Amino acid sequence: MSTLTPLDPRPVTTRALAASRRERPPARRGAARRRAMLGAAYAAPTAVMVGVFFLAPLVLVGWMSLHRWPLLGPPTLNAPDNYSRISDNELVRSAAWFTAKYTVLMTVLLFVVAFGLALLVQQRRPAVGFMRTAFLMPMAVGFASASLLFLGLLSDEIGPVSDLLRSLGIIDGYVSWTSGSPESALGSAVVLVLWRFAGFTMLILLTGLQAIPLEVYEAARIDGATRWQTFRRITVPLMRPTIALVLTMMITGSLLAFDQFWILTRGGPDNGTTSLVMVIYREAFIRLDLGSAAAISVVLLAILVIFNVVQLGVLRRRS
Amino acid sequence: MIRATAASRWTHGITGTALAILFLSPLLWSGWASLRTGTGFGLENYGRLFTSDNGIRPHHVFNSITVSALTVGGTLLVATLGGYAFGRFRFPGRDLLFLVTLAILMVPYATILIALYVLLGWMGLQDSLIGLSLVLIMFQLPFSIFMMRNSFEAVPRELEESAQVDGCNSFATLTRIMLPAVRPGLVTVGLFAFLTSWSEFFAPLILLNSTDTFTTTLAVVNMRTASHGSIDYAALEAGVVFMAVPCLILFAFMQRSYVRGFTSGALKG
Repeated sequence: MSTLTPLDPRPVTTRALAASRRERPPARRGAARRRAMLGAAYAAPTAVMVGVFFLAPLVLVGWMSLHRWPLLGPPTLNAPDNYSRISDNELVRSAAWFTAKYTVLMTVLLFVVAFGLALLVQQRRPAVGFMRTAFLMPMAVGFASASLLFLGLLSDEIGPVSDLLRSLGIIDGYVSWTSGSPESALGSAVVLVLWRFAGFTMLILLTGLQAIPLEVYEAARIDGATRWQTFRRITVPLMRPTIALVLTMMITGSLLAFDQFWILTRGGPDNGTTSLVMVIYREAFIRLDLGSAAAISVVLLAILVIFNVVQLGVLRRRS
Repeated sequence: MIRATAASRWTHGITGTALAILFLSPLLWSGWASLRTGTGFGLENYGRLFTSDNGIRPHHVFNSITVSALTVGGTLLVATLGGYAFGRFRFPGRDLLFLVTLAILMVPYATILIALYVLLGWMGLQDSLIGLSLVLIMFQLPFSIFMMRNSFEAVPRELEESAQVDGCNSFATLTRIMLPAVRPGLVTVGLFAFLTSWSEFFAPLILLNSTDTFTTTLAVVNMRTASHGSIDYAALEAGVVFMAVPCLILFAFMQRSYVRGFTSGALKG
């Protein structure tokens, strides 16, 4: 830039004025550039990590999906076989249907429970600190550990749940919660996820609730709004960005469910609780066909991206 | 929002406390079940956890500690430098890099782990704890970078300028002035990285394939999935408690700053 300055046809005063308007006199321009280089240097580790471990695998998974790619041995181009085979795969179809069903069920239940908890602990009242800690505590247990915990909790050998329900007369005889029927296996996983994630979801909703100014509630109270009206007309609309964030996280998490079914139900009984990510794992490391696993991944990825873009679009239009 | 009457205060207290106990009971039960033996209480189940054929070994614990240390250290390093860059500097490509980093959240990792498995193989990092840690660091970046950018942006400009007047270069400003100011953010990022890496299951399942490199989580889950006959539930619960105790202790000590860091960082930007 500074080498071009002599060619600038404008009078000196105008140039100085223009420069001062940009608040960047020529002498400081070099400093600004040096500072930009410094910033880029500090961002370099992030750029390398994102480039090598995120963007490269993203391209690679697309590339792999076009090949017959065995776990060992050289890949050969076979496009579009991996994709056309997806629709013939009976397991993929049942897993896709199951995953969709699970996502809807889980999102609705988790949202209702977490919102309820957030409303319960939003104000400073006696025992609220204890409640918050109790709801957040499961978050400290890893999800795989939590799945094992529930495997024991729901087992007939050492778990108290069956005994408790029997003594209350709700069930009789032997019930195998995690492998008896697809419905009870799904129910077990739902309870596990509610326990593990309700507190975390509550925490995010709480940040949104507390960002609503108290005066707004005060005004509603003066206008004589009922509790329900206040919730419908003030809390929910003002919480929209937070709700959108929570919904996105819950839906994405549910579509990618793995640990709970892999550990708790083993995908059974009769593949009744086999999720899409479990099928990807099975294609890659049990059937040793990485190309087919990559193709299913790409389809799942496309669904997620479309979903997130639509969601963001809706959110932007509304706000 | 609405003035609480005595009756509603009681309903609130009782409902909340009952729910809190319901949420705590699985944790308390697992501790109790892990200590209960055929004749009373003791550490027998823990003994079986460490000695049975499919049980965990000291090197599994060591592997977990290695992965957690590498992931926490790496995440803090990259996120501190990155957060400083995004929060305090303007440079070409800044907004694009920030958006791409956040996009990691939108492309959850189950879908790209198959490719990462191949990629790490090409880099000579298959079945390696370092490779696993690098992947875990990458997955921590969206949250960590977001958090640290907000933390650095919140530091008053005057603090930085006065340091520069005193002759500090940008790196000395970072280490002497900025780091103490962003400590709550660092605690949150570090704790989150530890909790995730210590108990992560899916990434190690795909990226590690010899029992020598297994982390404790993999080894404990293996006790369930590798058993064809009956499952040793009591030893399994001992494993759950063994995995959970470090996390619960850390969580108890840091819950306050963790939640504060979360609430201050989550809504801005």
